[in-house]
Amino acid sequence: MTANPSALTTADTHHAAADTHGSGGIGNPVLGMLLFITSEVMFFAGLFAAYFSIRAGYTQIINNVPTHVWPPTQPIDFAKLLNPFQLFTESGALNVILPATILLVISSFTCQMAVHAIRNDNRTSFVRNMAVTVTLGITFLLLQAFDYSVLMHEGLNMGSTTFGTTYFTLTGFHGAHVFGGVLMLSVVLYRGMAGQFSAKHHDMVEATSLYWHFVDVVWILLFMTLYVL
Amino acid sequence: MATTTLHPAAPAYRSRSTLYDWLTTTDHKKIGIMYLINSLMFFVAGGILALVVRVELAQPGLQIVSEEFYNQAFTMHASFMLFLFIIPILAGFGNYIVPLMIGAPDMAFPRINALSLWLLPLGGLLMASGFFVSGGAAAAGWTEYPPLSGAKFSGTGTDLWIMGLTLIGTSSILGAINFLVTIFKMRAPGMTLFRMPVMVWTVLVTSILVLMATPVLTSALIMLFIDRNYGGHFFDPNNGGNAILYQNVFWFYSHPAVYIMILPAMGIISEVLPVFSRKPLFGYKAFVFATVGIGALGFSVWAHHMFTTGAVFLPFFSLMTFLIAVPTGVKMFNWIATLWRGQLTFATPLLFATGFLMLFLIGGLNGAFSAAVPVDFALHDTYWVVAHLHYVLFGGSVFGVFAGIYYWFPKMTGRMLDEGLGKLQFVLMFIGFNLTFFPMHQLGLAGMPRRIADYAASTGWSELNTVATIGGFIIAASMLPFFWNVLVSLRSGKVAGDDPWEANTLEWATSSPPPPYNFDHLPEIRSERPVFDARHGRTTNH
Repeated sequence: MTANPSALTTADTHHAAADTHGSGGIGNPVLGMLLFITSEVMFFAGLFAAYFSIRAGYTQIINNVPTHVWPPTQPIDFAKLLNPFQLFTESGALNVILPATILLVISSFTCQMAVHAIRNDNRTSFVRNMAVTVTLGITFLLLQAFDYSVLMHEGLNMGSTTFGTTYFTLTGFHGAHVFGGVLMLSVVLYRGMAGQFSAKHHDMVEATSLYWHFVDVVWILLFMTLYVL
Repeated sequence: MATTTLHPAAPAYRSRSTLYDWLTTTDHKKIGIMYLINSLMFFVAGGILALVVRVELAQPGLQIVSEEFYNQAFTMHASFMLFLFIIPILAGFGNYIVPLMIGAPDMAFPRINALSLWLLPLGGLLMASGFFVSGGAAAAGWTEYPPLSGAKFSGTGTDLWIMGLTLIGTSSILGAINFLVTIFKMRAPGMTLFRMPVMVWTVLVTSILVLMATPVLTSALIMLFIDRNYGGHFFDPNNGGNAILYQNVFWFYSHPAVYIMILPAMGIISEVLPVFSRKPLFGYKAFVFATVGIGALGFSVWAHHMFTTGAVFLPFFSLMTFLIAVPTGVKMFNWIATLWRGQLTFATPLLFATGFLMLFLIGGLNGAFSAAVPVDFALHDTYWVVAHLHYVLFGGSVFGVFAGIYYWFPKMTGRMLDEGLGKLQFVLMFIGFNLTFFPMHQLGLAGMPRRIADYAASTGWSELNTVATIGGFIIAASMLPFFWNVLVSLRSGKVAGDDPWEANTLEWATSSPPPPYNFDHLPEIRSERPVFDARHGRTTNH
């Protein structure tokens, strides 16, 4: 920006906005995405708050005494059902949640490699890494859908105690966010293949990767609270 | 910077019909005006529902509506007024004024801005469509506490209410992101944070509140929706759920929302008072820090709505609530000190601003009473609370809104509103307001609960209720000169000129109405009053 504000004529006002963006600091789209992620954090904070408050107050009648247990053991032992370190459930179905988790974490790394590539103007590497990220994201969604079908078959659903309600609400909204992330990554991939990004112009890539990392972090928190703790 | 000439032949500039132009616009000024119009329409709808409530309560016995419809009427009255009038109309002022005040050509994300606008009528109509489904609109009060709002006791109208409010919340969140990026990234050269008008500061703090609080409401609504429709047990104690949980999550949004509804109105007042006192705002920085303080404290007081549940830590929430009186008091004294020994011109905006000061003071004081736990136990869910919230939200926010309308109408349209009709509106509204809501203090102390359609004649509440109903109709009557004023002034009002009030802030440095790109030319910005500086030759003007 110059110190001569009278130069702000009709057409230049738009350039003025673009200049602010170029003159250091983060770009408008990236700041916008960070703020959007802040609101998403608060959304999941509401759901997590509900989860922990329900978890803390949950009691179950064992030997005629109300006892605090979590996850509930009636009508089925959810802890056993969800144990991520067993490859098969008791009825012999595949338990894919740990592989799905690993794939999602890997996708965050490939996403960052794509960002790193475009920062260095390496478009080939950018497109390759982005394609891998999209594929991993879709795979995660497919694995989660498969996992849902297994769990429902085994008797875990929205109405099976508050564990089922919180489990499906939390993982379901996370899945919806993965879906949204995959859509955004696909647009980035498409635009990348069309050669629309460069080291100088790739705000959308930066913003989308931030969102994807956020989705990944939420899943790690969910995995820890729902499966491990 | 090179200057580029416009290309009149370029297709983007081909003129379309005015209607098409407005429906597809991304210009923050047109969007802001549509925000105002949309909000005023819901204001009228909410006002009619309020009259239904007042007429029913004027005398003991059920006269005009059934108890079921009465519940829908007060629920939808509050939902319209809070979510579709006050919050969006203040966002509308923000939309129109903030880019002008900071010398920006538009908001940071103009298309997202248009999306924020159009989600509002969509959400509002979805909510209102509840009146046409079996079982009627949502009827569990605007707070929609379960189990009353659960599947067992309420119908499809509640689902429509949840969906509508989720859309409105999304609109708020997108708007807040837009405001924050605009304020942080789009300020003109020289417009440092501490030279921003107080109005911009209040929108900034409000946007942070919206950004942090509204998603939590969305999560509460979604849990309620899941409980209602998909067999969830979040709020169902019989199945391990927690009914108080809803109240906690709901008020975690809805208490900060109170500040979302008042802070921009405080911003408007803080623009109007200095201009009509011919003085700078007293204690600018103290004012900014007080605004930030209210925003921060606003997140730690939500459970004062839940004292009587027995499930919250009373001393903490009571103390934090009292603490809010400190920054609010700072503001009150700043405003009074701004008026003190000023050259007052009692134009309509200043009348509404002083109305704000008087009524908001009462609203603050009766709120402080309610913050005392033992007093709250006696007053909880009585008409005292109805009096308190109307003194804050109507006496505060709505008077602020009208101050803003009279103040910025010349900028938005290029024409002045008529002063005589404006003063008539103020007098009617001020009298009607106090006649309606002051007796409610007494009704509350006498034990009248809120949200009832009927009461026994032997309670002795009839006279004050009749008075309140008469006051309600005076408020309604005060809207007639207003709408007449707008219609007449749009056609034949006095031409305003660029700066009819001899004001301080940048929006008055451009033409009225401003061109689509806002500024041909910006004065140098060396203080928080750049237009004042330019008028009095304090800076070199190119």
